[in-house]
Amino acid sequence: MNKSIKLSLTARQEEHWGWIMVAPTIIGLIVLNLWPFIQTLYTSFCEHLGFGHYKFIGLQNYIEMFQNAEFWRATWNTVLFCILTVPLGLFLSLLVAMLLNAKIKGKGIFRTIFFLPMVCAPAAVTMVWRWIFNGEYGILNQLLGAHVGWITDPNFVMISCAIVAIWSNIGYDAVLLLAGLQNISKSYYEAASIDGAGKVRQFFSITLPMVSPTLFVVMIMRLMASIKVYDLIYMMVEDTNPAVTSVQSLMYLFYRESFVAGSRGSGSAIVIWTVVLIGLVTIIQFVGQKKWVNYDV
Amino acid sequence: MKRSSLEQSKKITIILTYVVLILGAVIMIFPFVWMLLTSSKTVPESMQIPPTIFPAQLMLDNFKEAVASLPFANLYLNTTLMIVFRVLCAVVFSSMAGYAFAKLQFRGKNILFAVVLVQMSLPSQIFIIPQYQMVAKMGLANTIFALVFPGIVSAFGVFFLRQTYLGIPNEIAEAAYLDGCNQWQTFTKVMFPLTGTSVAALTVFTAVFAYSDLMWPLVVNSDLKMMTLSSGLATLRGQFSTNFPVLMAGSLLAMLPMVILYLIFQRQFIEGIASTGGK
Repeated sequence: MNKSIKLSLTARQEEHWGWIMVAPTIIGLIVLNLWPFIQTLYTSFCEHLGFGHYKFIGLQNYIEMFQNAEFWRATWNTVLFCILTVPLGLFLSLLVAMLLNAKIKGKGIFRTIFFLPMVCAPAAVTMVWRWIFNGEYGILNQLLGAHVGWITDPNFVMISCAIVAIWSNIGYDAVLLLAGLQNISKSYYEAASIDGAGKVRQFFSITLPMVSPTLFVVMIMRLMASIKVYDLIYMMVEDTNPAVTSVQSLMYLFYRESFVAGSRGSGSAIVIWTVVLIGLVTIIQFVGQKKWVNYDV
Repeated sequence: MKRSSLEQSKKITIILTYVVLILGAVIMIFPFVWMLLTSSKTVPESMQIPPTIFPAQLMLDNFKEAVASLPFANLYLNTTLMIVFRVLCAVVFSSMAGYAFAKLQFRGKNILFAVVLVQMSLPSQIFIIPQYQMVAKMGLANTIFALVFPGIVSAFGVFFLRQTYLGIPNEIAEAAYLDGCNQWQTFTKVMFPLTGTSVAALTVFTAVFAYSDLMWPLVVNSDLKMMTLSSGLATLRGQFSTNFPVLMAGSLLAMLPMVILYLIFQRQFIEGIASTGGK
């Protein structure tokens, strides 16, 4: 009897402490995220009249958005950016990770160098890439003896941005994949060697299936980040550059609509559309993973 | 005979590995070297055809010009304060909530944790317009508070530290409790000190992402004196669209503090960011 009262007392105390300890986080999340999320959703059905005043206009923002060529171009640019950067970026990262996993000297130095772009603000590193890619005096054209307008020609600007994106993320992804590779027991490779399996065979029958769960996580992360790409493209191609429509991502368009043009209603509609897109991609990924990700290790 | 050919092929593999890695490392490091070399050139020198690799002389004129056009002292201070406050908030609030979600029983726990997960899976841009309106309404645009504002709570931090606390055996908390600690003392004196590695990882993660963030500082602080290094550089880009030596000098100044910290604490940086991977 006495004991159960004491127990319920401690349980009640525990409950109080639980609430107190999560309170700052939960209040913060409600004020900073939950309420703004509802507001953005509502704003996407409104017209911004200026000074924070809104008028409800129903689906008008969405109808205009779906009829807008610039919006579809931005959606396509975002998809294209993912196609250009994610598979090639993952392939190169896996290659670097595998090379760093070999028995070599100076691993630490290589890892430090490959990881370096991660700690440099995109605003700073894109500056030097703009200089390298400069059409008239850039070192790349000088080396190639070409006259390509890497960031002014609509046909090349997306490729240039994709190169910078891959260069920026390769070290980070490689470090994550390396952790996955290091978990593979050496005995698998020894057994395969004795059975006469070559390096290529070993890669496809041991390395790839064993690293596939890590690869899946890195891929999801990279895809999500690529759909939300903004800073890199914004710094590479300013909005006065005529090539901007050929590379403008959804989040870039969102920034221009909401904070340059001031149409927060259509800006909100763009961001809601992006969330829907992210949701779709996530569902496709999680359905697709059953075909190639191997969890029985 | 067979053995020696096997050894030879092994040797070739090793050499090939080095060749590819060194080639990759050169590509990775070249932009930084080029930035450094250009920052010491005059404008006509930088535009010479064929280009010169090394600057004619080492000079600081471009750095002086960058410092004259951007208030770098303010940018360093603003960026540092933003990072310090965001890290403090993330560590303190996320540790408390992470511990509670992992170790305490209370009503509403699951639904509250679901709020954390939902926030994590949404892109930050979905909150940005209303967050900006809140800051503007409070009359706090162009302040340090505005820079810190979206980082006051870190849903990711809560998720990450909850994982850490789940990995600590319950017996440790129970022992502290039997020794007469209350829940708060158990947390601050016994459990929190055990999470050093994770707290360090969260610190590095929060600092690097706050430092890189561009959209929020651009939106909320338009006064040049209240900008961060990232958003300040964005305005420098418009100011010197063709003066690349000055742009390179400015970028170097913006990168330098973080790169130095990185070179000193490489292991903490790399392992910290890698362990928070998945975000």
